[in-house]
Amino acid sequence: MLTSKTFLKKNKRGNVLKIVREHYLRDDLSCGSELCDECDSKEAILEKVPTSNSKQYTVPHYLLLDTNIILQQIDALEEPTLCNIVVIQTILQEVKHRSSSVYKRLKDLITNPNRKFYVFVNEHHHETYVERNPGESINDRNDRALRRVATWYEEHLSSHVRVILLTEDVRNRDLATGEGLLSCSIASYISQLTNGEPLLDKLSKIDAAVETSVKDSLYPLHATPTEIHAGIKSKTFLQGSFQASRENFLEGQVNCEGYDKPILVQGRDGLNRAIDGDTVAVRLLPEDQWSAPLELVLEDEGNMEDDEGGEEGKELMKKKSVPVAERRPTGQIVGIIKRKWRQYCGILQANPMAGSSRHLFVPAERKIPKIRVETRQIATLSTQRIVVAIDSWPRHSRYPQGHFVRALGPIGDKDTENEVLLLEHDVPHSKFSDLVLSYLPQMPWTITDEEVSRRSDLRHLDVCSVDPPGCTDIDDALHCRPLDNGNLEVGVHIADVSHFIKPGTPLDDEAALRATTVYLVDKRIDMVPGLLSGNLCSLRGNEERLAFSVIWELTEDARIVDAKFCKSVIRSRAALTYEQAQLIIDDPSQQTSIATSLRGLNRLAKILKKRRMDNGALVLASPEIRFHMDSETHEPLEVVAKKMRETNSMVEEFMLLANITVAEKIFHEFPDNAMLRRHPVPPPANFEPLQHAAKRQGFELNVSTGKDLATSLDLAVKPDNPYFNTMLRIIATRCMLQAVYFSSGMVQQSDFHHYGLAAPIYTHFTSPIRRYADIIVHRLLAACIGADATYPALLDKKASTALCYNLNYRNRQAQYAGRASVALHTHLFFRSRVQDEDGYVLYVRKNALQVLIPKYGLEGTLFLRCDSPGVSWTYNEKEQCQSCGNVVFHSFDPVTVQLSLDRSNVQHEKLVLKLVRPVIDGYSVPSVGNNTQDDDVDMVGEKNEAEAGGTEKEQGDCDQPETKKRKKKNKKNK
Amino acid sequence: MDLLTEYGGGLRNDGRRGHELRKIRCRLGVFSQSDGSAYIEQGNTKVLAAVYGPRPVRNKQIKVHGSVLINFQYSMAVFSTGERKTRPRGDRKTSEISLQLRQAVSAAIMTEVHPRSQIDIFVEVLQADGGNFCACVNAATLALIDAGIPMREYVVACSASLAGDTPLVDISHLEETLGGPNLTVAALPLSGKVAVMELSQKLHLDHLPRVLDCALKGCADIHAILDTAIKQHLIKVAGARGLGKKFHLGQQTQNKLKNDKEEEEEEDDEMSKKDVEMITL
Repeated sequence: MLTSKTFLKKNKRGNVLKIVREHYLRDDLSCGSELCDECDSKEAILEKVPTSNSKQYTVPHYLLLDTNIILQQIDALEEPTLCNIVVIQTILQEVKHRSSSVYKRLKDLITNPNRKFYVFVNEHHHETYVERNPGESINDRNDRALRRVATWYEEHLSSHVRVILLTEDVRNRDLATGEGLLSCSIASYISQLTNGEPLLDKLSKIDAAVETSVKDSLYPLHATPTEIHAGIKSKTFLQGSFQASRENFLEGQVNCEGYDKPILVQGRDGLNRAIDGDTVAVRLLPEDQWSAPLELVLEDEGNMEDDEGGEEGKELMKKKSVPVAERRPTGQIVGIIKRKWRQYCGILQANPMAGSSRHLFVPAERKIPKIRVETRQIATLSTQRIVVAIDSWPRHSRYPQGHFVRALGPIGDKDTENEVLLLEHDVPHSKFSDLVLSYLPQMPWTITDEEVSRRSDLRHLDVCSVDPPGCTDIDDALHCRPLDNGNLEVGVHIADVSHFIKPGTPLDDEAALRATTVYLVDKRIDMVPGLLSGNLCSLRGNEERLAFSVIWELTEDARIVDAKFCKSVIRSRAALTYEQAQLIIDDPSQQTSIATSLRGLNRLAKILKKRRMDNGALVLASPEIRFHMDSETHEPLEVVAKKMRETNSMVEEFMLLANITVAEKIFHEFPDNAMLRRHPVPPPANFEPLQHAAKRQGFELNVSTGKDLATSLDLAVKPDNPYFNTMLRIIATRCMLQAVYFSSGMVQQSDFHHYGLAAPIYTHFTSPIRRYADIIVHRLLAACIGADATYPALLDKKASTALCYNLNYRNRQAQYAGRASVALHTHLFFRSRVQDEDGYVLYVRKNALQVLIPKYGLEGTLFLRCDSPGVSWTYNEKEQCQSCGNVVFHSFDPVTVQLSLDRSNVQHEKLVLKLVRPVIDGYSVPSVGNNTQDDDVDMVGEKNEAEAGGTEKEQGDCDQPETKKRKKKNKKNK
Repeated sequence: MDLLTEYGGGLRNDGRRGHELRKIRCRLGVFSQSDGSAYIEQGNTKVLAAVYGPRPVRNKQIKVHGSVLINFQYSMAVFSTGERKTRPRGDRKTSEISLQLRQAVSAAIMTEVHPRSQIDIFVEVLQADGGNFCACVNAATLALIDAGIPMREYVVACSASLAGDTPLVDISHLEETLGGPNLTVAALPLSGKVAVMELSQKLHLDHLPRVLDCALKGCADIHAILDTAIKQHLIKVAGARGLGKKFHLGQQTQNKLKNDKEEEEEEDDEMSKKDVEMITL
């Protein structure tokens, strides 16, 4: 029962509503020190005699942190130097309230047993609770609570171990010293540590006098939160998210809700220290001051001491009178509502003044301004990729201030570049923490008899798996056998990952955060630890494994008679590759049970596929390639396009069937919270480029329904250009919208439709090892058949919607990361090469041709320049063609281009395309054979540099049913 | 906000652990007009109950033969929540709670003892902070005992929830709004019978036994507290009537009561002040 019965009131004023909550104080809370024998020793985390590296404070001591230290200096705290730290509950709550990302990082620190962080529950401790005095601000009260804890610890441990209060708040420090406590700022504490040197760089530098000084301030003052609030209410300001321009660092736009056009912001004053992604308040300028985006590329060439505003700014100031028609709503950012700073990757630009410790950091992302950092390690860091965090952006500083977080590795190194692309795509890729790993089953692991008795024993079935060669995470296996009534029994057996990952465990949280396994060209970032993905869950040949089975009874013509679901135990007879499976099917001499089973499956799959196509499922195309890697250096040696076999499609069909069957089942049982996947019908306007392109080639595409599109795409074939149809499909893919996960209670049932697969309902069930959505679906299905318990979050519509949001985000980022990785390897491949390749014109632009090179699956821009004598390009907008003399380029025309890599910008290496054939004098370059050293890099720094895998590629992306995964898996097979 | 923080060995938002009840204070015989009355505080939830009867059936239309007619009226004071709000009597929600309350007390009252008569029970929630139903049942039990109505045993109610794997007992308003299932049980703790059970949200059947055990344990704990309070009240009343020592009590209980008395006295002063306030309200 209650140990302490003191009863106190806690008031919380919100909407003139008085809420009274009980607050119990206890006397059984532990201080967490091993030194103390009064308190519960089970919770003791802090060392009995903490070692002190401090020159000033030689007595053994614990550190007590204030909120401002945690919020600002989390990077420094993550270094293993500081240990034996007390974090009090008040502070923890404040951190949680102020920044969820810092809170998460702090929690990781707290769970790390090596760091010895102890959370002291001061608010419920009868001796450390402080009541807020009348008129006292909440901050002052919390500061007082902190000092009270410090005093209590000193008394409690009778000064055998002292407590040092670390805070940036000068007043709090003074008050603490006044009360006889030890207190200092983190900077002064670290600077007197014997091993504190490397930590100093990681300290965040916050300028105290940020907004005050009027003199030599470069930027206008930001409005205060109250002013912003009032402004937005009275509609003088608009709220929106700021998007910086990629090309021009002094330009950007604000997308406001309730204002259909984005608002243009220009110049230093206009941007007013906003950084891409920030939520800002913007004031619309009067209409006569409206302007248009400048068509030029401005790169910030500024150096450290160049604080005079620069010429670009002046140039911008004298605005050319923009024609009224081109004018766009223009505004000025008056205040920042919410910063969306993260950590940025990039390189250091050394200060020209030798010996200075202040340098500029150039982020890899062009939308982010340069950042001022202070470091004493310039000699080592200047050749490295580093990560930097922004601390503040004072008015008088041209650039934001930041601090060094960590180094990634030498510039240009493949591992470093991989790391950069993972960070830039926000892919969680750190090693699994010990806490997470502690939830894995103990090895050696066997299936207990008790477990078998709970499941259907399907070990007698001749199950086999078919996967790409070298696949270690086998998550599906199949079987097929004739039944006595003439029908066929087909089973799809999926790895039972949800048996190992229980809801609410750190293992589950980590998997939910990662959401998906990310496949890079040479690397795989697992969603679940390797023990599960590569061993216990993987349905390996001739090993007993737990599975979740879907078993159908199908008629000879592949109609479903009955479907049932069960948790099972299986023993896969063989883990085949696509090639092996194909050979078995094709070899009539093979009459084993596996061979007949595979043939049966193959036959049924063909019927299923045909039926699906007849329903209007789309066959889309995207150029997919794989790299042959050197086994020693891991450098790409050769690039080949991927191959599809009949068996690929066989596995795919049954996975689709399983997914659809499961989707129907879980939706039936959980109409409010089933996790499903939908692919929205693209708006007709999206298809315009496709229709135009086809029309010019004499084909009429009907896009009114998916089926019409599929049929008309099938008909659009040109005998003289076999690649034409594929190109059309590539363009069609880009017209599509993204397929997304959703919770069935949040969307109208009519919108469940999956456009690409032409299925009325769909979900993901078949790859729980590499997708978190599948784990949720497994849990739902297990609850449906009574094999497992539900838990509140699974049934909560809101929680599952939030989860879907994360899954969709991570999936998108994983795709981008995968593409970026392909681009990176393409660049590595071309580092030492200049090559001529055949390609096709995909689009004709005003000043360029978009060229697709099927061999590498890459797309590049060929710029059409008119600076050489005798070369002039005429662009015909109506016909969508470019002509020079008697050479005319249309879409889909074949060309030969020369590929080379431009490495003049270390952060942004780019592929350069030059025309080889058709020959245009003065423009085209000779073929590589007789190419002398050609240093002509005139395309560098142009707008729209040729970047393989440009932004357009990213739009249309939908489910290519399951194939993507199989292809990606190929890649890791070096 | 979470239902349960992992620090300090798992504390709830108000500082309790999972199995701990809120502080209960109660008094019997707070009104002199009614035949029986009681006041109970469970944390910040405060309920007043008054019992009239058994008396002849007022409404001649309703004829119940062989057993007593129980009329239970539940209402909430306008000032009982943070927002002042007039609450109509007899709306759906109130009627539902009234019905359930009647069901709960009917299980304990020996209805066959007073045929052709009726018992009126009125409960008023003066302050609502979660577990209103439970506090009403407990207050009604006290008032019925105060009225001297024969009962099989006490009927006691308690709520429970589940945070992750830890069951929580005696749910406060904050915890009710934070989500999670809310199981309310009215039980006869000695015989272990359940009179009313209600679950507010989906909860997997596998978890139910644990949550139910937790709620029943809560009922047993509350029973012990109410029992002590009633015995103490009886000593007071008996003492006033000069029955003193004749009232049969075990030696152990008496010692315990003596110790508790000193504590309680202080609180009683406070309570009587509050009574005055309440009545003026």
